[in-house]
Amino acid sequence: MKHDNSYTGQDFKVIGTRVRRPDGIDKVTGRARYGADASLPGQLVGRILRSPHAHARIKAIDISKAEALPGVKAVVTADDLPLPEGLPGDVAQMLENSMARGRALYDGHAVAAVAAIDAKTARKALQLIEVDYEPLPHVTDVDAAMQPDAPVIHDWLYTSGVDPKPEKPSNIAQRTEFGLGDIEAGFAKADVVIERSYKTEATHQGYIEPHACLANIRPDGSGELWVTTQGPFVYRNVCAQMLGMDIAKLKVTSSEIGGGFGGKTHVWAEPVALALSRKANRPVKLVMTRDEVFRASGPTSSTSMDIKLGATRDGTLVAARAEMRYGDGAFPGIWGMLSCMTCFACYEIANCKAIGYDVVQNRPKVAAYRAPSAPMAAFGVESAMDELAAAIGMDPVEFRLKNASREGGQSHYGPVWGPIGIRATLEAVRDHPHMKAPLGPNQGRGMACGFWFNIGGQTCSDLNVGVDGTVTLTVGTVDVGGSRASLGLIAAEELGIPYEQVQVNIADTGSLGHNDMTEGSRGTFSSGMAAIFAARNTIEVLRERAAKMWDIPVEDVTWEAGQAVAKGSAHGNLKPLSLKDIAAKSPKTGGPIAGHNEVVADGAGVSFASHICDIEVDPETGATKVIRYTVVQDAGKAIHPDYVEGQFQGGAAQGIGWALNEEYIYGDDGRLQNAGFLDYRMPVCSDLPFIDTMILEIPNPGHPYGVRGVGETSIVPPLAAIGNALSNAVGVRMHHVPMSPPRILKALREDGQADRGPAKVA
Amino acid sequence: MSGVLVTTTINGDAVQFACPEEETLLDALRDRVGLLGVKEGCGTGDCGACSITLDGRLVCSCLVLGAEAEGREITTVEGLSEGGQLHPLQESFISHAALQCGICTPGFLVAAKSLLDRNPDPSETEIRYALAGNLCRCTGYDKIVRAVQNAAKQIRERSAQSA
Amino acid sequence: MLTVRANGSVKNALDGAESVEVTASTIRELLNRLADRYPAFARELDAGIAVAINGEIYRDDRDVPIPADAEVFLLPRIPGG
Repeated sequence: MKHDNSYTGQDFKVIGTRVRRPDGIDKVTGRARYGADASLPGQLVGRILRSPHAHARIKAIDISKAEALPGVKAVVTADDLPLPEGLPGDVAQMLENSMARGRALYDGHAVAAVAAIDAKTARKALQLIEVDYEPLPHVTDVDAAMQPDAPVIHDWLYTSGVDPKPEKPSNIAQRTEFGLGDIEAGFAKADVVIERSYKTEATHQGYIEPHACLANIRPDGSGELWVTTQGPFVYRNVCAQMLGMDIAKLKVTSSEIGGGFGGKTHVWAEPVALALSRKANRPVKLVMTRDEVFRASGPTSSTSMDIKLGATRDGTLVAARAEMRYGDGAFPGIWGMLSCMTCFACYEIANCKAIGYDVVQNRPKVAAYRAPSAPMAAFGVESAMDELAAAIGMDPVEFRLKNASREGGQSHYGPVWGPIGIRATLEAVRDHPHMKAPLGPNQGRGMACGFWFNIGGQTCSDLNVGVDGTVTLTVGTVDVGGSRASLGLIAAEELGIPYEQVQVNIADTGSLGHNDMTEGSRGTFSSGMAAIFAARNTIEVLRERAAKMWDIPVEDVTWEAGQAVAKGSAHGNLKPLSLKDIAAKSPKTGGPIAGHNEVVADGAGVSFASHICDIEVDPETGATKVIRYTVVQDAGKAIHPDYVEGQFQGGAAQGIGWALNEEYIYGDDGRLQNAGFLDYRMPVCSDLPFIDTMILEIPNPGHPYGVRGVGETSIVPPLAAIGNALSNAVGVRMHHVPMSPPRILKALREDGQADRGPAKVA
Repeated sequence: MSGVLVTTTINGDAVQFACPEEETLLDALRDRVGLLGVKEGCGTGDCGACSITLDGRLVCSCLVLGAEAEGREITTVEGLSEGGQLHPLQESFISHAALQCGICTPGFLVAAKSLLDRNPDPSETEIRYALAGNLCRCTGYDKIVRAVQNAAKQIRERSAQSA
Repeated sequence: MLTVRANGSVKNALDGAESVEVTASTIRELLNRLADRYPAFARELDAGIAVAINGEIYRDDRDVPIPADAEVFLLPRIPGG
């Protein structure tokens, strides 16, 4: 397949090389400072008391004994975090999620907090806080929460998106619908229809660094927050609003971040730390325990869905319907809506309908996790795609290729497609040696596709030239996985200087204009765009300065390969001026040399991936082992291939964990049973093989180098790729994720046919 | 505060610190000695971010009391490089892009060094099992295993040259 | 005159219409006209709307010109992980 490569085919000098990251040495020597690694004079230790109930009315909280304990400097409850007037609804809900207001909505919901001189005193103080709870009926399962007799969690929540408007509140926050054509007419044309139901359990992003911050509020109402976050500017805005502070008076500094994957796009304990600091008039360091991270940060939705696909015998998908019920946790979200927008994106289906429900439950408030909502929907659709291919006797890759979305076609969520990579990834999979490798007994191979949008957003960067000609690029997007190296490459490329001449810094909120978070695979895409424009802006200044130094018109100065060149025969004998030459004279030619850019980095290109997975199943125990894995994904343009591969591999590994083991397990009491890494089983090194990668480069016309976001899509296909491999290995089709050993064993014992309806052949 | 005075050797230096009896060695190293390269990911011995060696043995410092360090020898990530030189494992983690966020890196480096000290030529499987006590959520372990393989090769080549 | 289509909650905010006709030359004009016409759309704007022009999705940039014959689609604003 041919693609316009006028962007990615540019004659790059350093883009695409595998340089060393600037933060590498600090990170291998223990010098890098993360959320828990900062201190201030006189700082206190903050700790949070959390509800042991899934749902309870808080009748009274007595903090007097805790306050009287020597060494305790502040105790706060919701009374210390009053709702500022005019606080937007979603921010008010975030604040209520940070500290319960009259009701605990899930096991782990914060009800009070203390700041004390040391951890031991703080722990003791928590035990002295007396909370009078009246337990209320709870619901944690998404399907149960939708039932008419389910306990209603919020009496103010009426389902939106239904006509007529409901008369009674319910746990269903919204119904959304996307689609094309007429599905009834479409299914009538189908020769074969597959209709299946699926469930997926909630998972956690599993970043190794717990949430941690150091809050310092001064009596004059100004303050600062050192915090592990994907977005210091957004944290600043949200926290200032919550605390009733002026935005400019709260300086937020992002620490090095020990993983986020979406979970650090949302504030959790930070407003509480700020409230403690404000009340104690001392700095407060608050670090969540792992137990708290599981119980009280933002896992994914648990889901339940019905997928129906229809095709004609020649392998044309003619109709598709998905009804997807996504749990949002204790507060309404948009996760069910997002499932609708991603579920059928890989395919051109003339008649399709995706219906999503967002449902509140007595669970922690759901947050984004890498390509949020897409992996679960893809599990359903891609599992059904394999069954449908088998039912019409077609190779699953060929079936997908025949129906793959194409440039100029209409996406199921509405807009027409620009240049996209789904067909290219499928062709690469079809031709990959992995597909032809032999398999042993109890081994099977599966493949699946995935889609994610990617986003751009508000971005700002500064590029400053030092008097020695070295360059400082300052960006406002947190570096979650090596983006400083990629951004350094971009600045070097534009200026025509060596990568080593550029230093990339991440700004705090006092040093740069607003930047949206590092989310939606936007870090390198959007800050890269701002860096390109800031560098081009700087080159204009450099040309002006060179013109002054030569005393010639600026129109006669060009910038080539890192130096100013006087063009035209009139200036033939002028020796080019390097960046260093110009910088050295800058104090006398107009002062500091800098370039800036503020941009809304729209135009993020969508991303597609296709994965291949080989799995071996032990039929006696239901245990599985991934024995080979290949990721093929479109990167647009890989700025730093090492870190692009790293994103592909990391996302695949997270998807493998989701597919096989990871899940939130709730007891009948509505309490989380496995809030720790021992029982919430993430993949370890011995669980995985090398993860092969193939980077495709189908340029995104919305970026000067053709870059697409690469961070998220790789988590989308693994659930279904593994389900499909498992089915091919041992003949059982799994409909419930994770496909953990007990579930596989049960399916094997039920002869693999028990929960599988026959394909309807019209 | 009742407490204990602990005399120990950390990264080759004689060090004394005082801590409460119930304080973990992890907290003592971070809060009393200032070795912030030792990370806490779970506090329950499941993630390996706080890995150190105690008398040459790889342990999670969150599962050891500070008081137990009395008279023992401790190595942390801060003690891996010698003089101005990075350890080959540190060098290799950078050149192989074996870290993304980097929070697990100190623990992986200490665990990998512990492996190579015992077994200079480990197979891929041996590396994977030796590092199975360390969680990484970013990399899928691929580049970590390759970095350890590469460092092992370099160390073997160096010792062959000096022999 | 542009023919603008929408999906999901945005479609609901346009009183469920399959498509609406609007005269606008930039995203800002388009959104302002729709907000004037549909009160529910004005509320939806606060929640976040993205505009796809010939397939390219704009979440924030309101100054983007819209060609006369463009395919215009309104979507809910997408977050990321």
